[in-house]
Amino acid sequence: MQPVNAVELRNVTKTFGSVVANNNVSLEIRKGEILSLLGENGSGKTTLMNMLAGIYFPDSGQILVDGEEVAIRSPKDSFDLKIGMIHQHFKLVDVFTAAENIVLGLKEKGKFDRKAISQQIRDISAKYGFDLDPDRKIYDMAVSEKQTVEIIKVLYRGADILILDEPTAVLTPQETEKLFSVLRNMKADGKSIVIITHKLNEVMAISDRVAVLRKGEYIATVETKDTNPQALTDMMVGRAVTLNIDRPLPEDPKDRLEVKGLTCLDDQGVKVLSNVSFTARGGEILGVAGIAGSGQRELCEAIAGLYPVSQGEILYHSRVDDEIDSLVGKSPMEIRDLGISLAFVPEDRLGMGLVGSMGMTGNMMLKSYDKGGHFFTDTKPPKTLAQEIKDKLEVVTPSINTPVRKLSGGNVQKVLVGREIASAPAVLMAAYPVRGLDINSSYTIYRLLNEQKAKGVAVIYVGEDLDVLLELCDRILVLCGGQVSGIADGRTVTKEEVGLMMTHIGEEGSHD
Amino acid sequence: MNNLINFLTAGILAAAPLLFGVLGETLTEKSGNLNLGVEGMMFMGGIAGILGPYYYEKAGGTNPYVALIIALVCALLCAGLGALIFSVLTITLRANQNVTGLALTMFGTGFGNYFGEAAGHADPSGFLSVSTAVKGVFNNPIFPDAMVNIPLIGKLLFSHNFMVYLAILLALALAYFLGRTRTGLNLRAVGESPATADAAGINVTKYKYLATCLGGAMTGLGGLYLVMNAGAGVGGAWVHNCINGYGWLAVALVIFAVWSPKRALWCSLIFGGLACMRYYYPISFIPASIYDIVPYIVTAVVLVAVSLKHNRSNQPPESLGLSYFREER
Amino acid sequence: MTEKHHIQKEPLVRMAKREGLSQGKKWAIRLGAIVLALAVGSLFIAVLGHNPIAVYRDILSGSLGGASARRATIRVAIPLLGAALAIAPAFKMKFWNIGAEGQIMMGGIAATYFALFWYDKLPKPALLLVMAVASIVAGGIWGLIPAFFKARWGTNETLFTLMLNYIALGIESYLQNGPWKDPKGTGFPIIAMFDQNARLPKVFGVHIGWIIVLALTIGMFVYMKYSKHGYEIAVVGESQRTARYAGMNVAKIIMRTMALSGAIAGLMGFLVVSGADYTLNTGTSGGVGFTAIIVAWLAQLNPFAMVLIAGLLAVLTKGSNTIQTNFKIPASAADVLSSIILFFMLGCEFFINYRLIFRGSKHNQVPTTAGTQEKKEGEDHE
Repeated sequence: MQPVNAVELRNVTKTFGSVVANNNVSLEIRKGEILSLLGENGSGKTTLMNMLAGIYFPDSGQILVDGEEVAIRSPKDSFDLKIGMIHQHFKLVDVFTAAENIVLGLKEKGKFDRKAISQQIRDISAKYGFDLDPDRKIYDMAVSEKQTVEIIKVLYRGADILILDEPTAVLTPQETEKLFSVLRNMKADGKSIVIITHKLNEVMAISDRVAVLRKGEYIATVETKDTNPQALTDMMVGRAVTLNIDRPLPEDPKDRLEVKGLTCLDDQGVKVLSNVSFTARGGEILGVAGIAGSGQRELCEAIAGLYPVSQGEILYHSRVDDEIDSLVGKSPMEIRDLGISLAFVPEDRLGMGLVGSMGMTGNMMLKSYDKGGHFFTDTKPPKTLAQEIKDKLEVVTPSINTPVRKLSGGNVQKVLVGREIASAPAVLMAAYPVRGLDINSSYTIYRLLNEQKAKGVAVIYVGEDLDVLLELCDRILVLCGGQVSGIADGRTVTKEEVGLMMTHIGEEGSHD
Repeated sequence: MNNLINFLTAGILAAAPLLFGVLGETLTEKSGNLNLGVEGMMFMGGIAGILGPYYYEKAGGTNPYVALIIALVCALLCAGLGALIFSVLTITLRANQNVTGLALTMFGTGFGNYFGEAAGHADPSGFLSVSTAVKGVFNNPIFPDAMVNIPLIGKLLFSHNFMVYLAILLALALAYFLGRTRTGLNLRAVGESPATADAAGINVTKYKYLATCLGGAMTGLGGLYLVMNAGAGVGGAWVHNCINGYGWLAVALVIFAVWSPKRALWCSLIFGGLACMRYYYPISFIPASIYDIVPYIVTAVVLVAVSLKHNRSNQPPESLGLSYFREER
Repeated sequence: MTEKHHIQKEPLVRMAKREGLSQGKKWAIRLGAIVLALAVGSLFIAVLGHNPIAVYRDILSGSLGGASARRATIRVAIPLLGAALAIAPAFKMKFWNIGAEGQIMMGGIAATYFALFWYDKLPKPALLLVMAVASIVAGGIWGLIPAFFKARWGTNETLFTLMLNYIALGIESYLQNGPWKDPKGTGFPIIAMFDQNARLPKVFGVHIGWIIVLALTIGMFVYMKYSKHGYEIAVVGESQRTARYAGMNVAKIIMRTMALSGAIAGLMGFLVVSGADYTLNTGTSGGVGFTAIIVAWLAQLNPFAMVLIAGLLAVLTKGSNTIQTNFKIPASAADVLSSIILFFMLGCEFFINYRLIFRGSKHNQVPTTAGTQEKKEGEDHE
């Protein structure tokens, strides 16, 4: 007889306005297994799991837990069914301690005994091999510790079904290995685990079975041992794709941007960048790797004149003559006029690069509205530019006056990159430009960056996916805790070497 | 020395209505709701708190303690009603909190003055006021004379009316609630990060509604105090515009007290003192009308001072002023 | 999992965003809200034992019936519209300037200084011009102070501008009780009536302030929509980070905009003292600064819509004076009525932006997959 599944989804559909996130999806999660939920960004994995977590409610379809049909209308219902989800964006209260976050929302009678709670948390930590101080505040914690808090939180609630949304996105390869061993402990303890991911190597390494989603549709579930990365990729994207990203050899690279001993302090006086030195060359893509929050953003902003520099130099070698300009102390406007362009910071796409309530036209003006000596804005050139970008990059929007916040992530990205490239930059900084994009859009972005490279632009590409960095970039600068731990040749360095540099200072890559 | 004790005593009397306001608004803001309608809710609490006993007496009631209970209930309910309007608009209908709070202030002010004047017109005396007995229960010390007459500390500690002690107890209770109970922890989580609280199974809407309405009701007690108290307010009668900015001072004091009920105790004492200092320490070269605006000037200075200082654990609730909507994307 | 409540399939009512509601429908919803508000307001009136229809009729006849009533209503509407125009750019910038009340007062004080002490030193046009400039400068400074602290240290502007209202009122009260007290006031602390020289001329029976505010309406519309300043204000209001990224000097924009906002409010102070009251007193602002917030918000910061809303509220205000005489209904009724209208308008925006889905109702739309694939997951920034 077939044992009862931990969870079963039958014909589940969920829409947001006119967007269908999940269409008629059916899926089963067995007891005591690790299931990978595989799909590209935007394939509806998170939405599907959010319906188990009580964040969303399905428009139609059934959910069965332990063989019985249930309605999960709130996260509370989800806990009652022993389902726990660890979200990609941690849901933690920063000013609370780990323990406070863990017991949050629990309805237990009796005294609120903090000591006893801390002890229970220590016990759970010891059982599965975590390392956590229950009385530390979240804002003092590193990303991996926060993730630990999230996992213990659901275990503390007695979850038997754990859903982890892209758990390794913020971890180093070493931390990932540690997480996987904890997950195996849990599986041995009889728990069912779902990992949402789009990384094939992890799927192969950890899971028993793989379920694949594509564009909101359920494709298939296969045993991991019976499949291989190429087959999974085909299922994920629907056709065979070449995994190779184009990487032409740099033609006649010239020094364009020289950073020497750059040091920056945040508003608390903590060093976020420490003695950073490197050179970016025209006609080359320089990758910047590092764990999230290692100073990537501050580096880009410092170069663009948006972050105060406390020490060091940023020198710009002009394209036209041999003049060298120092950027430190210049206003963002002056730096921009030299041809240095900070393209996209999508962790804050609509919070920084674009004005969400304005249409494409209004956004085209963002950096050029001040041109011309009149009191009034000139809307003609931005209108023309908006139309050009819409046509050339195939931006899907009802009109160039539709507020950009209503566009999908990929289209927003195209608007942003289109505008930056249109300004014919000499240095183009792109921070996480493909985050949240599907493969097609990602490749469009890579192609655009390569075009800029071919034109002799110095491209600085801040990325999080090491596979992409290793395939796209000519050189890779690795940041660790605000310091440069090495600059490696993108063609020869291995993923493991870069991973190691992300966590250790002083392991020099092959300097060139 | 006597003057100093008299001054401090008056300061305590003037601090109590502020304290009610600060505590109510602190509770509200801990849920992430910034209700700028404190002034209006004080008006609503004040007018209902006097109309209740007024009609009770008109109907022939004579027991001042029954009148007192009626006053408290009316003030709490009416101010709570104001907060309920705010809650429906901002929590359920997601209206802008700033503007809704301002609208509530305007509504409450008009509401108070409207009914105050209307009831005054209808009274043969042309004036809305309660009997001396009722005034008494709101103003007389609750401790025996023997304690009040203890030298030095007697007057300072034991000469006050019951509402002063009620306010202090409320502050301690609120501090315990927020810091030491599960429900308090949950409420703070709602104000810090509603998405997190929601994911943790906390009913965000319910918490916001309850905190906002209870907080609003509490501020209504401040209004009642101002109407009933002879020292700090009017003393048992309705006077046009009698709340006179106290509600706004309370909103500012919440910032000064960094959302801590315990700090609210001495913060409101300082402002209570400022409000009545003129009568005890007149300064000859400062005209009365300028002396009167000192609390407002000090508040402005405090606002600047608070903004200068950044401290991780002394920040407003992270999502203060923002609406929460789970399914939005 | 035997609990019953898990069987129930769907929440009773859910909400979903809606887009593309036609302008006509939007305004129909808003109009409906006003009608509902007036209905609730009539309950208020009925509580006091009056006939709401008679009261509403008298409000209308008292404010619009007859030339002198209409002129009085327009006099009420002038500073209201002007102050709403003043508030608009600040609110667009998400700078919650609730200090128009104080800025009007400071403008009035500055104008009064010249009216009292310079009336015989300058010819009329020059005097009026000096008064206007003085009120603009004084109001501008009063708006600039909180903007400076906001731009520099992020000081809470809502409360700061509010405290400045009380401070401005205190200054006025000091002047009225002291240095500027009218010696002929038979002991009452009042300020003397202005000389003819310091009074604004009339056009069609109402002081020329109405021409000024109508010109300001057009000016503000153009400024917000077509000028570089207007663009900057819109960007800063949306996101200060974006503004900085675009190379804008955010501090300068905040201060410039608030100086402008205060200056216009200050000018309204001049119009009130020189055009309507011919003197300065504690009621010079008279709550206009607060009511103007309603006007600005109800008009969705659109200057032309403000003309209508200011007119509506002026009718309520002027009419409430009539009902005070006719029915002995306190004039505060106008505050109550206009804030009820505001409540309903605030609430009705929800029904413009969202629709409710009740359990069991079929709402399945035609699924479109456009854009699906690029929608970022987990992007719930609430």
